[in-house]
Amino acid sequence: MTLDDLRRIMVACAGEDEHVDLGGDILDELFTDLGYDSLALMETAARIETEFGVRIPDEQVAELTTPRALLDFVSGVTVP
Amino acid sequence: MDRRTVITGMGVRAPGGAGTKSFFELLSSGRTSTRRISFFDPSPFRSQVAAECDFDPEASGLTRREIRRMDRATQLAVVAGREAVADSGLEAAGLDPGRVAVSVGTAVGATTSLEREYLVLSDTGHDWFVDPGYASPHLFDYFVPSAIAAEVAWIAGAEGPAAIVSSGCTSGLDSVGYGHQLIKEGSADVVLAGATDAPISPIAVACFDAIKATTPRNDDAEHASRPFDRTRNGFVLAEGAAMLVLEEYEHARRRGARIIAEINGYATRCNAYHMTGLKPDGREMAEAINAALAEARMDGDAVDYVNAHGSGTKQNDRHETAAFKRALGEHAYRTPVSSIKSMIGHSLGAIGSIELVACALAIENDMVPPTANLTEADPECDLDYVPIEARDQRVDTVLSVGSGFGGFQSAMLLSRAGNGS
Amino acid sequence: MTQTTIAAPGERTGGAATAVITGLGVIAPNGLGAEKFWAATLRGESGIRPLHAEGHAGGHPRGGGPRYPVTLAGQVSGFVAEEHIPSRLMPQTDRVTRLALAAAEWALEDAALRPAELPEYSMGVVTSNASGGFEFTHREIQKLWTQGPQTVSVYESFAWFYAVNTGQISIRHGMRGPGGVLVAEQAGGLDALGHARRAVRRGTPHIVTGGVESSLDPWGWVSHIASGRLSREPVPELAYRPFTREADGYVPGEGGAILVLEDREAALRRGAAKVYGEVAGYAATFDPRPGSGRPPGLEQAIRKALADAGTEPGEIGVVFADAAGVPFLDREEAAAISAVFGPGGVPVTAPKALTGRLYAGSGPLDVVCALLALRDGVIPPVPHAGEVPAAYRIDLVRGAEPRSAALTHALVLARGKGGFNAAVVLRKPEHPEAVPRKEEK
Repeated sequence: MTLDDLRRIMVACAGEDEHVDLGGDILDELFTDLGYDSLALMETAARIETEFGVRIPDEQVAELTTPRALLDFVSGVTVP
Repeated sequence: MDRRTVITGMGVRAPGGAGTKSFFELLSSGRTSTRRISFFDPSPFRSQVAAECDFDPEASGLTRREIRRMDRATQLAVVAGREAVADSGLEAAGLDPGRVAVSVGTAVGATTSLEREYLVLSDTGHDWFVDPGYASPHLFDYFVPSAIAAEVAWIAGAEGPAAIVSSGCTSGLDSVGYGHQLIKEGSADVVLAGATDAPISPIAVACFDAIKATTPRNDDAEHASRPFDRTRNGFVLAEGAAMLVLEEYEHARRRGARIIAEINGYATRCNAYHMTGLKPDGREMAEAINAALAEARMDGDAVDYVNAHGSGTKQNDRHETAAFKRALGEHAYRTPVSSIKSMIGHSLGAIGSIELVACALAIENDMVPPTANLTEADPECDLDYVPIEARDQRVDTVLSVGSGFGGFQSAMLLSRAGNGS
Repeated sequence: MTQTTIAAPGERTGGAATAVITGLGVIAPNGLGAEKFWAATLRGESGIRPLHAEGHAGGHPRGGGPRYPVTLAGQVSGFVAEEHIPSRLMPQTDRVTRLALAAAEWALEDAALRPAELPEYSMGVVTSNASGGFEFTHREIQKLWTQGPQTVSVYESFAWFYAVNTGQISIRHGMRGPGGVLVAEQAGGLDALGHARRAVRRGTPHIVTGGVESSLDPWGWVSHIASGRLSREPVPELAYRPFTREADGYVPGEGGAILVLEDREAALRRGAAKVYGEVAGYAATFDPRPGSGRPPGLEQAIRKALADAGTEPGEIGVVFADAAGVPFLDREEAAAISAVFGPGGVPVTAPKALTGRLYAGSGPLDVVCALLALRDGVIPPVPHAGEVPAAYRIDLVRGAEPRSAALTHALVLARGKGGFNAAVVLRKPEHPEAVPRKEEK
């Protein structure tokens, strides 16, 4: 999964904050600073599971606070 | 002279508590009625537990025709409503129907019937363009939930104001608050007020699964609802109904009615923060409590027992603990706080009214119901949550609160009749 | 500053506060914005169209699929949600909430009420809604049953419940006062207004209120049809002709109105630019249970609302009727009106013939019409109305032309399936010149 995939999924799942440029260098921005709350991340995690077959455990979702952390988690998991 | 609202009749259908007598026994025993979902196979779902009513509509006095046309939530409301009306002795009171009102809370209305109808119309979900040829003649009355209020109005012979109050999980507090306001302002002398929900259906279970609001403690269903406990991890979905006969004090006194308790104050506030999230500071709930106290012309120190929202989610427990401290100050530490959702789960819009019945019973019986399953309190929850066992103590004044999706925060004060201002 | 310091709740029930409407937000099938809607209404423009002509999300079959025995609906057109709703809110909202949020914003703009400048607990939200975020839930329930529980959206838990519009409006504008949600089918929108007035009288000076409806997806549509009260007439102009010999049911629609209701003193203090009118009277009743032989409750609702307003029947210059379009209901309503006002004693109109019945949306939308009728001294007609049975004994305003009339008070009626009746009396403001005549939304 690439950053572009993540951007696309996040916009589909939770829209985008009008004060944030998602097209910029956002890898290490906090999701909260990007305007995304826990609901947005839960919806995103569910979509990632459907699309990429990677399940992010409930407890883990809250700990993945940046796009980089989320992408690293997804790429580090072996898809069954 | 100010018009005052008193409770002169009650009826309840709660999980493990059909009728006020059996409900009181459940509360004082601290038993739980949560279990693995039996209405459908819950195995595909994250949360597989619920608090279900063992409800036989026919044995509860409903006719076959009534059963056919009513959603389960309506059935529960009507049965609880009949119990309340009988309890109040109203039928013999020769009321002016135009002075009798109805206010029924529900969060999700006839969801269960809607989902069942949907499966028929859509060929189990295959057709987006559902087929009108298979529609039940009652579909519209499931679609628009005010049909529930109509059924309740018919049993009460009410011809005054009638409405559904549907403010999510505070509906059951707000519907009684609505009735209280109707009496206080003079729009009615008697209000059959309460709430109902029967949401244990796949779509409701799935939607709470999605936000992980319900507990996944599937291997221990009996102990799954654990408000304020360190190990709590979500609420247990439930169903039920409670109806109360609210009556203007002088009206009740004149006809020699048994006065169970008085409603002294009620208020609701929005948190204007998040549809599902709560800030940890509890500000708006505290504001609702303060406004209810102001209407009651009471000081927070008067509160003998707090019936908490206590849903069993971390954010709720923290939120309302902060709200109690903010509103009641030091008195919060001296006051027993408990959540009956530990025993009967969270029946969404219905629970607020069921909890008001529990509060009235607490006053009537000088008994504080316990918080079941509270074996080790969360360190962030440092009030007296009445763990495990009911407590016999004088209860004159009760504060009941509710909190719900959409940001609704509601509070109501009840007191022993004659104890209020 | 907190709510309790503005005024102790319950302190004002004696000398009740005067509640006035200072802002209008309209989303109607025949016009977006109060002034466009009003102009369209006076011109007799209808928003009733065949469903498949409009391309609602989900749409309706042009070719295959089941045939719907009724296909006409009052449909909001030209509403581009993305232009009004922040991107972050789009995935979590049903169409009905987008319409409600836009209407609320227009009402606040119209009232020049800036929530950020007011004490947070001084503003509340009370709305009515009868069918929730139905299309949203339709989609999610289909996903549940075809793709499994794990595909159900996190937003499903609140996007479809009846409280969603109140919650989202309060969050969007930081309104922390009382929130309320009422359902009484078509009567609920007026009940919301009545409850909003109650909140004002209990001490919250600014309330956003009203109702908006939208449930025209196929499952919602089939549910509408199941009422058994829809007109089977396929020609849009002829389908919804309340109070006439041709009446054979109603046409459902989507939309409604959100209003700003304020304590008049507080409105003047903050320098509100206009006052459309006062909610002078409100009452609700419920019909006797079927088979009781007792008369329906509408007449009592009218009498109680008039008494509440301290208004004589003769002062009412126009009645905005519920106008069910179902003969037995039309007959009941006509009987109630003529009982109170005398045979043909008051002009009766039903602009909803141009929008369809909007359930919770209709009462507030009729209130908008009534306020603008008071302002402009005209009564919008019911175009395409045929002959009114003489036994109805009502003066239905028919034809292509609005009727001029010097109006001081208007009565708005709404009845909900099951037996709900609500009536609102509106009073023209004392200083109508303060109300600007043209302000295009």
